[in-house]
Amino acid sequence: MERNRQLLILLATALGVGILPVVVRNPFYLNVLNIVGLNGLMVVGLNLLIGYAGQISLGHAAFYGLGAYTSGILTASYGWSPWPAMGMAVGASSVVAYLVGVPTLRLRGHYLVMATLGFNVILNIVMVRWESMTGGPSGLASIPPLSIGEVRFDTDLKNYYLIWFFTMLSVAACVNLVDSRVGRALRAIHGSELAANTLGVNTARYKSVVFVLSAAMASLAGSLYAHYIGFISPRSFDIFFSIELVTMVIVGGMGNLWGALFGAAFLTPLPQVLHFFEEYKDILYGGILVVMLMFLPKGIGGSLGSWYHARRFRKILAQPR
Amino acid sequence: MSFQEQISQFLLSGLTTGSIYALVALGFCIIHNATGIVNFTQVDFITLGGMVMYSLLRLLGVGQLAAFPLAVGAVAMVGALVQRFTIQPSRSKEVIHLIFITIGVSIVLRGGIKQIWGKSSMALPHISGEEPLRLLGATVLPQSLWVLGITLLVVVGLHLFFTRTLTGKAMRATASNPLASNLMGVEANRMVMLSFALSGTLGAVAGVLITPITTLAYDVGIIIGLKGFAGAILGGYGNFFGAVLGGLLLGVLEALGAGLVSSAYKDVIAFVILLMVLFVRPAGILGRGEARRV
Amino acid sequence: MAPMLEVVHVSVFFGGLAALSGVSFQAREARITALIGPNGSGKTTALNVISGVRFPDKGEVMLAGERVTRLRPYQLCSMGLGRTFQNLQLFQHMSVLENVKVGLHSRTKTGFLGAMFRWPGMRKEESGVEQRAMEALELVGLTAKAHWPAGALPYGDQKRLEIARAAVAEPRVLLLDEPAAGLNLAERLALEETFLQLKQKGTTILLVEHDMNLVMGISDWVVVLHYGHKIAEGSPQEMRTDPRVVDAYLGGELPHA
Repeated sequence: MERNRQLLILLATALGVGILPVVVRNPFYLNVLNIVGLNGLMVVGLNLLIGYAGQISLGHAAFYGLGAYTSGILTASYGWSPWPAMGMAVGASSVVAYLVGVPTLRLRGHYLVMATLGFNVILNIVMVRWESMTGGPSGLASIPPLSIGEVRFDTDLKNYYLIWFFTMLSVAACVNLVDSRVGRALRAIHGSELAANTLGVNTARYKSVVFVLSAAMASLAGSLYAHYIGFISPRSFDIFFSIELVTMVIVGGMGNLWGALFGAAFLTPLPQVLHFFEEYKDILYGGILVVMLMFLPKGIGGSLGSWYHARRFRKILAQPR
Repeated sequence: MSFQEQISQFLLSGLTTGSIYALVALGFCIIHNATGIVNFTQVDFITLGGMVMYSLLRLLGVGQLAAFPLAVGAVAMVGALVQRFTIQPSRSKEVIHLIFITIGVSIVLRGGIKQIWGKSSMALPHISGEEPLRLLGATVLPQSLWVLGITLLVVVGLHLFFTRTLTGKAMRATASNPLASNLMGVEANRMVMLSFALSGTLGAVAGVLITPITTLAYDVGIIIGLKGFAGAILGGYGNFFGAVLGGLLLGVLEALGAGLVSSAYKDVIAFVILLMVLFVRPAGILGRGEARRV
Repeated sequence: MAPMLEVVHVSVFFGGLAALSGVSFQAREARITALIGPNGSGKTTALNVISGVRFPDKGEVMLAGERVTRLRPYQLCSMGLGRTFQNLQLFQHMSVLENVKVGLHSRTKTGFLGAMFRWPGMRKEESGVEQRAMEALELVGLTAKAHWPAGALPYGDQKRLEIARAAVAEPRVLLLDEPAAGLNLAERLALEETFLQLKQKGTTILLVEHDMNLVMGISDWVVVLHYGHKIAEGSPQEMRTDPRVVDAYLGGELPHA
């Protein structure tokens, strides 16, 4: 889908997002929408990594957690102001992502999966054991909310606009990125890493940058989460959440930006919905996943995307020479 | 306890957990060689092994001698069923899709285990009593000896299977060249199903052996499974002896690290080793050559 | 006149087998040099060594007098080296035009931040890229199918696309790996025309090829490999009747499966 059309869709979505709280007042639903927004922010970055650079990360929950804990600790325990703390968190996460990504991404194959998995487990354990710093398994509380001037972002509604602002911004940046020299290079890497390299694309570097970018976005989401809820605990940042994030991208349709967002919107509230089924919710959640992957591997967004492209191509073929 | 006795202690307990890791690593290795994927249900095979054993022993009153093979056989069947009904009919054969299918199945299996056996921890009886023995200056549980002994038997048996039997060789052929094997009459799907059954077997044996020591719960397989995976990478991903070596070595390093350095961060050790291997020598100890650059 | 491309005593070993053994040859500037030999003689390995896909175990590669032996493909690209692949490495899901645009990657500079926030110079850069890409498509006659997905092209067109993609950045040296494989007579003649045009623009071409008609038709110089050794080199006419070359192709050649 070309850029202008996508920007139009973005504009329409932004308008929709902006107006929605007029209709939806219940703070419980707003909370769910906020989490969708946060997951959406993470999923946009992850989609770039998986769909374009062709690499899978099973450790994005760790960057989410790194952002949340860095922001949380700096503000709650050391009295930092939230915005500089957030900047620090994004910076720290980017450096860590660089250190993890560079050695593994210069190799061919799926070494990044294993490295990010290991990294996530390590970070999660540290979150639990380093009680003096992180508060241990019971978590870290009293994290102050963000504020701009006189406005404190301390309600679900205010955080809704803050979070979705960042999410829409990231979508716009991503739309711009995909339709550019860089986007072409990324798709080329996905198509044939060898040929891309031969044509002048420093594939190792591009993969690293995409990985760091996606980690920075996850970290940003983590900081926003910490200041929104005011309380964080290690349970939210385990490998299962990393898996959930990748699942959102896959179910949405890898490489498909709007699909990934849809995946986030669809899968985030799903456990809540399934809660009605009490004991069976795990089985149902897993079952939905399995069935979707078995029979709709391109994901919902990907299948729609394929249909859309096939339609467009037929139109091109039908045109007179 | 003298320093030497301490080291003996760590070594012995390290080899015990290392044997478990070795079994799990072999499970990952076999499926990777057969399909190219990482099979996440491996972790649940471990748990299931313990769970089924528990039901057979405590609820049905079956004796230890009969319950062991029954439990292992049951989980092997579960493995085969997983392959037959979720992997085989999948529309996409791409690695990433199959991996995530196993993740989904793993969630379902864990949910099912929670349903059937509940969320609380349970205790499994040791195979031959809990009275510790003294061996080479260290105190060792009889269960540990069972772990070491049975693991050795399984590894040797598996090796013989792959090198001496027709079926085992057929499996290796399919892993190496599916098209050619198919042309020679080996049915790829059946070989893949067999590999899943073997993975289930190995996981179940690991679970049955270790859960008397570590206690049994619906998620006990996860951390064991992940460490077994790390062991496979350490030894050389996809290499039979690498899996065994990596698992054992990981267990020993973990025990030494926990004993000599810090026991609070014991679980971290395995994954730090994993990262170090990936950064320095991704092919692992016995792995072949460097991973292609570019 | 100094050689534009020079391979010096290159050896490549796969385990115990020598794919290339002390091979040396040159490709002179603005000339078409053909590298021929029976299957398994090491031609593609030579191309891989020159293009940085594989590092040689011994020997050096020189580009315009500079040592480039252990550089990676993307670095060689900015030094003016381009290549095509025997088994086609097109970006299947991208359009024909986009495939060629990637060929201009090394000649443009918009980065991540510039792309995300649309820096002012990007529009001009993109229109330049579009124009040059379309010109390259004109050279190979694919402008009508510019918006087709590359994977949907017929085989002959795919081969031409790969050449356009490699040539659009106007490399000093162009490596072609069996560009005529699978093409019919008309397509091969069109290809000859394209290569002569490139030569006229000053491009140095190293051509690995089995099709003797193409080789005889346009090469200025021929280098013959056999089992990893260079056994002869000279003008096309000389090589056609050289007894060593004839022997290598007809006699002493192992039967293929």
